[in-house]
Amino acid sequence: MAFSKVMWLPYSYISRIANLVLQRLWHNMHLILNTYYLVVGIACVLESYLISSGLWKEYKAFNSSKVKYLAIVVDSEEAYLTSRIVKLVSWLEALGVKHICLYDAEGVMKKSKEAIVEKLNKVTILEGAAEKDKLVSQNSMTLEFASFSDGKEAVAKAANLLLGTYMKLAELGGDQEEKIFTEPYMAEALKATGCNVIEPDLMLVYGPVRCHHGFPAWRIRYTEIVHMGSLAEMKYGSLIKVIYEFTMVRQNYGK
Amino acid sequence: MEKIGGGRTSELFGGFVTFLRKCLFKVISVGPIPNHIAFIMDGNRRYAKKKNSATVTGHRAGYSSLMSLLTYCYELGVTYVTVYAFSIDNFRRSPDEVKYLMDLMLEKIEGLLKQGNIINQYGIKVHFIGNLKLLSEPVRLAAEKAMKATANNKKAVLLVCVAYTSYDEIVHAVQDSCKSKRKEIQMLPGSLVRRGASEGFREHEKINDLAIHDIQESCKDRLHGSEARHLLEGSFENSSADVATKTPNGLIEEVEGCEMQRKVPSIELADVEEHMYMAVAPDPDILIRSSGETRLSNFLLWQTTTCPLYSPAALWPELGLWHLVWAVLNFQRSYRYLETKRKKMRED
Repeated sequence: MAFSKVMWLPYSYISRIANLVLQRLWHNMHLILNTYYLVVGIACVLESYLISSGLWKEYKAFNSSKVKYLAIVVDSEEAYLTSRIVKLVSWLEALGVKHICLYDAEGVMKKSKEAIVEKLNKVTILEGAAEKDKLVSQNSMTLEFASFSDGKEAVAKAANLLLGTYMKLAELGGDQEEKIFTEPYMAEALKATGCNVIEPDLMLVYGPVRCHHGFPAWRIRYTEIVHMGSLAEMKYGSLIKVIYEFTMVRQNYGK
Repeated sequence: MEKIGGGRTSELFGGFVTFLRKCLFKVISVGPIPNHIAFIMDGNRRYAKKKNSATVTGHRAGYSSLMSLLTYCYELGVTYVTVYAFSIDNFRRSPDEVKYLMDLMLEKIEGLLKQGNIINQYGIKVHFIGNLKLLSEPVRLAAEKAMKATANNKKAVLLVCVAYTSYDEIVHAVQDSCKSKRKEIQMLPGSLVRRGASEGFREHEKINDLAIHDIQESCKDRLHGSEARHLLEGSFENSSADVATKTPNGLIEEVEGCEMQRKVPSIELADVEEHMYMAVAPDPDILIRSSGETRLSNFLLWQTTTCPLYSPAALWPELGLWHLVWAVLNFQRSYRYLETKRKKMRED
């Protein structure tokens, strides 16, 4: 009994030291990671300055018409920065991007949409479903505001519409009810609930992490998702770079 | 004598490398470890082109890369790993390549069940996620056999997405929700069903034997990426005469009018989520897409609400330990922020 107690003491001592060593090594790993991101951040600032001042000739000329529909996902904590959002939209307008969807999970931008649109010139708020081709042919700028409720919850509403149709067809007999469970019918049901189903070509994420925060799943099949960093530190040069690189991308779509 | 000596040295070296790797994982485990990692295995064909070999070489190299990464994930303590093996969109590739991939899948699924394989070593339960009816019979049967054989494994889970797209998953979940809701409605007391469901419909219905010509016109553009749907349903046009209904718009409008009158159970978000193929696993904590592409390509669009997306430039066969370590360290860096987001969403 006493012998095992004596053996346990150095063991617990060793294991405590081992844990401390592991923790130190883990902190060091993260220190290296943070240093890396600091250096990358500084490089991005310099690059952005070179691009926005026109010194970097490669980014001077590009055709932004390839970005037919752009989604901007903002972290809800930063979505309160209305002036920044207005500035971002005006930068995009200057670059020739005419149709934008502003998304944040909690719907902060949705609540302040009048305040945002007020500060911009000749911008229409897009409500409900729209056709991408018809929209693109319009010259005027449109802004759509979306939030988490336009995603998963909209699918549940659309499911209820399809349920109604399903019940109706089932009453008529036969096995036709299965025919309504297809992607086109789903899209139509979503439109009928008042949701837009236009798929953005490009999505810019402003926030600490590159994730889409619940942007309607039905719209981001092949959307290129790019992380832009914090909205408070947004840079014009980085925006130009992203849009330029998008216009150079060639997609296979699984083939 | 030399060969045996050489074999022993490489065995020792391999053992030493494994020991170092386990030490590395021990250090990383001080921080939070992701519970579920998803991979989009992109870049096999580009890898083959880079090495001036046939596409099949790329796919085989991709398979070895998959096995190594699975080993690393399970060693690190990740419980769920999901891989995007074959998309419904991939059926559009050349018939030879599709056939090769199906044969490779069959070979590998059968190999999974052999003794000494990683599946048995780590006690992994295998799920094949997707519209399995689209697969050829031998592959589907092998997949079902593998799922049955590993059903009792409890230590870790491997989800292989084949014949999968998020759109298909969502539509399928909605379909299953509707079917189960219909059963629920039918079990309600008779009077409620008659009054709620049928009368509401009958008052406003104007059902004609219309061909669904309008929906075909508006939906033609939306058939892209869904050729496989034709495999299931046969020609969309041929079945039009059978469907005694209006266009979805017309029908949906009428049904909306009926909504107020009906007092029948309705589908909630939880019902749809319950019927998703991926309901067998929690949402992924990290999604890694190789070859630097920044899109999700119809993969886990529903499940990646608060999931960080990483796109290392390396092609899939080149993806290795350090890419995984990098992704996990980044996950740890943004863990607190994402946990706050998830908590907020659960409260809502």
